[in-house]
Amino acid sequence: MADTTVMAGATVMAGATVAGVFREEYGRAVATLVRLLGDITLAEETVQDAFVLALERWPQAGVPANPGGWIVTTARRRAIDRYRRESARDDRHAQAALLLAPDEPPEVGAVRDDRLRLLFTCCHPSLSIEAQVALTLRLLGGLDTPQIARAFLVPEPTMAQRLVRAKKKIRDAGIPYRVPTEAELPDRLTPVLAVVYLVYTAGHSASTGADLVQGELCAEAVRLARVLADLLPDEPEVLGLLALLLLLESRRPARTGPAGELVPLGKQDCGRWDRALVEEGQARVRRLLRRGAPGPYQVQAAIQAVHADAANAAATDWRQVLDLYDLLLALLPTPVVALNRAVALAETAGPAQALAAVEGLALENYQPFHVVRADLLTRVGRAAEAVAAYERALHLTGNAVERAFLERRRDR
Amino acid sequence: MIQYLLSVHSTEGDPEPSPEQMQAMYADVEAFNAEVQASGAWVFAGGLHPPTSATVVRVQDGEVLLTDGPFAESKEQLGGFWIVKAADLDAVLELARRASIACQGPVEVRPFQDEPAA
Repeated sequence: MADTTVMAGATVMAGATVAGVFREEYGRAVATLVRLLGDITLAEETVQDAFVLALERWPQAGVPANPGGWIVTTARRRAIDRYRRESARDDRHAQAALLLAPDEPPEVGAVRDDRLRLLFTCCHPSLSIEAQVALTLRLLGGLDTPQIARAFLVPEPTMAQRLVRAKKKIRDAGIPYRVPTEAELPDRLTPVLAVVYLVYTAGHSASTGADLVQGELCAEAVRLARVLADLLPDEPEVLGLLALLLLLESRRPARTGPAGELVPLGKQDCGRWDRALVEEGQARVRRLLRRGAPGPYQVQAAIQAVHADAANAAATDWRQVLDLYDLLLALLPTPVVALNRAVALAETAGPAQALAAVEGLALENYQPFHVVRADLLTRVGRAAEAVAAYERALHLTGNAVERAFLERRRDR
Repeated sequence: MIQYLLSVHSTEGDPEPSPEQMQAMYADVEAFNAEVQASGAWVFAGGLHPPTSATVVRVQDGEVLLTDGPFAESKEQLGGFWIVKAADLDAVLELARRASIACQGPVEVRPFQDEPAA
């Protein structure tokens, strides 16, 4: 009886350990196995097999000293077993690579390169952005298909098919498994950063019904940004993206109120911000400013750093925010940036000027456009038009929390 | 090495290029072809007569049925192609970029299936 309890306790502990190791090591293990096997699906299957085995073994045998290495070695052995069973398979190259590979996983540097390689493969520009995001979450984040489907509000079979097709294209079209050369990097880095940012914003705007997924996606994006910053420490935009995500993430606890309602930045209780993340984000922004090679992610991070300096909207240095938006608009002249700049303009030059800057932006189907416009219309006293703008925004909002928030503002 | 089809499509109703433009394009394509041949990536290439010159052959219940015109009822029709071999997609995308400049149109890149083992 007592033994069973101890065993159950050990099982729970080992189970928790396996879950933790899974988070940390899944992407790393899959990336290494893809390099060894040259086959993504087989890499995924063998790594999953290894984790199943870990759940069986670790409670009795104890957690190995190097859990990640254990997973890679076990997955590799599973792959060798499979090749032996399917001896008809004409994959002599992969087989030879497997058998020749040393028993212990390669040194840390190479393992890290594996993840970077896999990230560039997942974010290859010949794949659609939807496929890039899904593959990155699946292969590097270890999220399962239902989780990814929920995060992007598509039916599970649709997401499953998207993943299968993308993996098939990688194999059939010969999308290489390598880190781009220095010369290619600027072009190839753009989609990688966009994917990581999109993973974050998907988490940020996920409906509250999927709270768990929301937190997972945001955490995963921050983790991926950290991996990238670790691997490409000389790329200012990579560091800019990490700083931006850290600062956004620092405020996530304050973004929803007790009833799950959305709390806008100006109304947030800054006591609920994660100070450690704020400080890390701001320190990173300061270091980037000294480098003097601004790019869109760095400037956005700088804007968030200014917001993080202020305890509330009134204390915000809007002049500095506006200057940064001017810079951002020069780097990234899009209507969305122009809209965000107008928010800062409203605080420095007044709502009438901001409204003039907003009118005519080609953002008819962009929900935040109508929210900003409605707020500005309210502030200049054009109440009826403001209600119409809130209606338009509501029409474009699927998220229940955000709907409630907008309805309250409309009915004020 | 993987073999890829690089195909060029013409769109019905697009303005016909002037004879000078055609000459320049032929010269560019020829120069590109020479580069590909020299690089060892070359397998085969060709330009096609207009889709109106096509005939579709269909066998139904042992009966042969011929139809005038191209198979696909589309405004976009295959105009020409290259077949090249490359180590991976990145290498062939670079060829396609140069091909697209030479032929002044979009180029579709599509991998061939592996040759069945002998």
